[in-house]
Amino acid sequence: MTVEELIKSEEFEVLNKGSNLNREIAVPYCCDLLSIAMSKMPQDAAWVTVMANINTLAVASLADAACVILAEGSRLDTAAALKAKEQGITVLYTNLPVFEAALKIYNRINV
Amino acid sequence: MNEKIVLRYEVDPNDFTRAGEASSNVKRRLKLLGVDPDIVRKVAISLYEGEINMVIHSYGGIIEVIISPEEIEMILTDKGPGIEDIELAMQAGYSTAPDNIRNLGFGAGMGLPNMKKYSDEFNIESTVGVGTTVKMKVFIPKE
Ligand SMILES: Nc1ncnc2c1ncn2[C@@H]1O[C@H](COP(=O)(O)OP(=O)(O)OP(=O)(O)O)[C@@H](O)[C@H]1O
Ligand SMILES: [Mg+2]
Repeated sequence: MTVEELIKSEEFEVLNKGSNLNREIAVPYCCDLLSIAMSKMPQDAAWVTVMANINTLAVASLADAACVILAEGSRLDTAAALKAKEQGITVLYTNLPVFEAALKIYNRINV
Repeated sequence: MNEKIVLRYEVDPNDFTRAGEASSNVKRRLKLLGVDPDIVRKVAISLYEGEINMVIHSYGGIIEVIISPEEIEMILTDKGPGIEDIELAMQAGYSTAPDNIRNLGFGAGMGLPNMKKYSDEFNIESTVGVGTTVKMKVFIPKE
């Protein structure tokens, strides 16, 4: 499933459509501690986290995440939202808990 | 890529809006130079952890990155409180990050261990009350 297809599924609210929507999502990945996410996140992951700030975006881009899903209703502030636009990072929102958000993605990848 | 490329970045303390800029910049440069993605990843992880440590734990400093065909060298020099017990600081899980920093997602105590793991050469020197210098190298294997 590509990032575009995930967006089209309308499972999640879209804050920002990033620059590379044709990217194939490899796997959902869940972690809120940035230095663990930084080193352990697989490439092209859909990163599900509650940590919604500018550092999340830095890690997402450095670790080559396919997109970021902010779970449990966490939201970026205006400055961070702008940064997501500037850097072309796809950011999606959901009120679901982390596991359930990741499971939705997992099920869509593995059909 | 035959000549050396030298990049220099100033790192401001506590400026999280710019934190990661040096690492992102270096990553972009390496990608443009066509460096192998696995090498780029090693550099991105090591440099980001070092950069963030400067933002969080120091009073600011300079990052210098020297890119040559054989290796990428990173030298991070900061003024700051320094590290009293480097062996302790290097342990996975050890962190002195205060609560407001932990709330941003930092403080797992994995930064220094990541830097050591993902760089091919890692050296840290610190003087209490003066500052810390981290030198790292990531080698580019000849294909
Ligand atoms: N440049 C520095 N100046 C002063 N102290 C530092 C510096 N870098 C690291 N330290 C000290 O070493 C500790 C461990 O660093 P490390 O990067 O492993 O973890 P952390 O920064 O606390 O958390 P994390 O990197 O996982 O978000 C820090 O909590 C801090 O006390
Ligand atoms: Mg750290």
